[in-house]
Amino acid sequence: MSNFAQTFSSSLGKKLIMSLTGLFLCTFLIVHLVGNFQLFKDDNGQAFNSYAYLMTHFTPIKVVSYLLYTSIIVHALYALILTMGNRKARPVGYAVQAGNANSPWTSRNMGILGTILLIFIVIHMGDFWWKYHNAELPYAKYEISLDNPQDIKVSELPWDAKRLIHSDYVDTQAGKEIVVSKDLYKVVAKAFTTPWYVALYVLSMVALSFHLIHGFRSAFQTIGWDHKKYVPLIRFLGVWIFGVLIPLLFAAMPIFFLLKNY
Amino acid sequence: MSGNMNLTLKVWRQKNESSKGQFVTYKAGDVSPDMSFLEMLDVVNEGLVKKGDEPIHFDHDCREGICGSCSLHINGRPHGPKHGVATCQLHMRSFEDGQTVVIEPWRASAFPIIKDLATNRSAFERIQRAGGYVSVNTGGVPDANEIAIPKVIADEAFSSATCIGCGACVAACKNASAMLFVSAKVSQLALLPQGQPERYRRVQAMVAQMDEEGFGSCTNTGACEAECPVGISLTNIARMNRDYFTAKLFKEDEV
Repeated sequence: MSNFAQTFSSSLGKKLIMSLTGLFLCTFLIVHLVGNFQLFKDDNGQAFNSYAYLMTHFTPIKVVSYLLYTSIIVHALYALILTMGNRKARPVGYAVQAGNANSPWTSRNMGILGTILLIFIVIHMGDFWWKYHNAELPYAKYEISLDNPQDIKVSELPWDAKRLIHSDYVDTQAGKEIVVSKDLYKVVAKAFTTPWYVALYVLSMVALSFHLIHGFRSAFQTIGWDHKKYVPLIRFLGVWIFGVLIPLLFAAMPIFFLLKNY
Repeated sequence: MSGNMNLTLKVWRQKNESSKGQFVTYKAGDVSPDMSFLEMLDVVNEGLVKKGDEPIHFDHDCREGICGSCSLHINGRPHGPKHGVATCQLHMRSFEDGQTVVIEPWRASAFPIIKDLATNRSAFERIQRAGGYVSVNTGGVPDANEIAIPKVIADEAFSSATCIGCGACVAACKNASAMLFVSAKVSQLALLPQGQPERYRRVQAMVAQMDEEGFGSCTNTGACEAECPVGISLTNIARMNRDYFTAKLFKEDEV
């Protein structure tokens, strides 16, 4: 076995893979969150649909997105491999084990939380990512006044296999910018007005919160980035930014649509 | 004597490594709160011997918290309900009259049961032998203060060196991971000048042996640190990881 193969098959090497993929997924969350803020705009999805087009067609982002899919799979796969090894390390369990006396609940249930998140990612990607790429979605045509960019007229165009997925041009004579894009916004808006679907999203964000409250700081500990001066900062970021703020803002999106259409 | 307690003990009894064990219930009557936990078991054993029964086997030696022999999982926690003490330093005043006390051996495939509550912890010895030492040339005795060591480093190395190797970290960990033990043994030498020549070989060899023994991996739950009778900290684990990855990715020392 080569030196690197040996390193990454050791218990510490496997944990390093968990840590690095986990932190990469954390950085993705920030990008995903900031991008999805477009959903809050009151423009019938013009900004969101343009953003969706950018995310799926800009080459550097496409490269990173494949890295992201790989990270999700590797993170889950290595979690499974490590868990099986850990089970083998204690074939006979304790009759009484007072876990709460010595460790937080989240740290002992990363597997359960991670499984919930994996199921969520499959549903989430199936409903939006898959549909955007493969389903016969209608188009939205936005006519934006050049004099007043707030003045946007929207109309629906039917699905057309030959049509470009996105087009953007300026009609100077009419004084308008015409944007035609695949209407993912409509799919999102429709999904987020279904109460059970919103509940599923909110619950998944609770799981995300618990997963990151332990996961974020744990990733730094695994790499060995432990320093008296910086650990408080890492703990703060892990709990309040990744554990509370980010899941809360994600959960706010479906809730926002549910309330808007109530 | 007044204030003495009556306890119900549920003790794991197992004839040998390969046999199937089970819990056996014993009554421990008239237990003084000033007794240590092991003295309480001694009294129970005296009763068993008088009746002609096999006494309960458990590891013990110094009975003052420095040898690391005692290893009982009491009511779901290694070394019982108190913080920062080994089983031998646990007193019966930590229990209440009428309480049921469940006593189990350390549970880990790397710590096979010898008999009842006694486990074979020689896996720790083999990890130590893999690299937990410094090679010293013979010759004249060097001056004690020849090499200056900053106080913070000396203190940190000393606190890592307090590990008594009892295995409570493995017992407490939900994955039966030995990371706290191994990292303390790596740290106590990696921090000091004398440990530098073998630093990157040592960490690789000890981690490889740890994996070889079949311990689980670290999930950073912190249960080991919370249950350690001498307060070995998680910082040791981060330090070991740092040294291990540095060794594997950037150093040429190989095992």
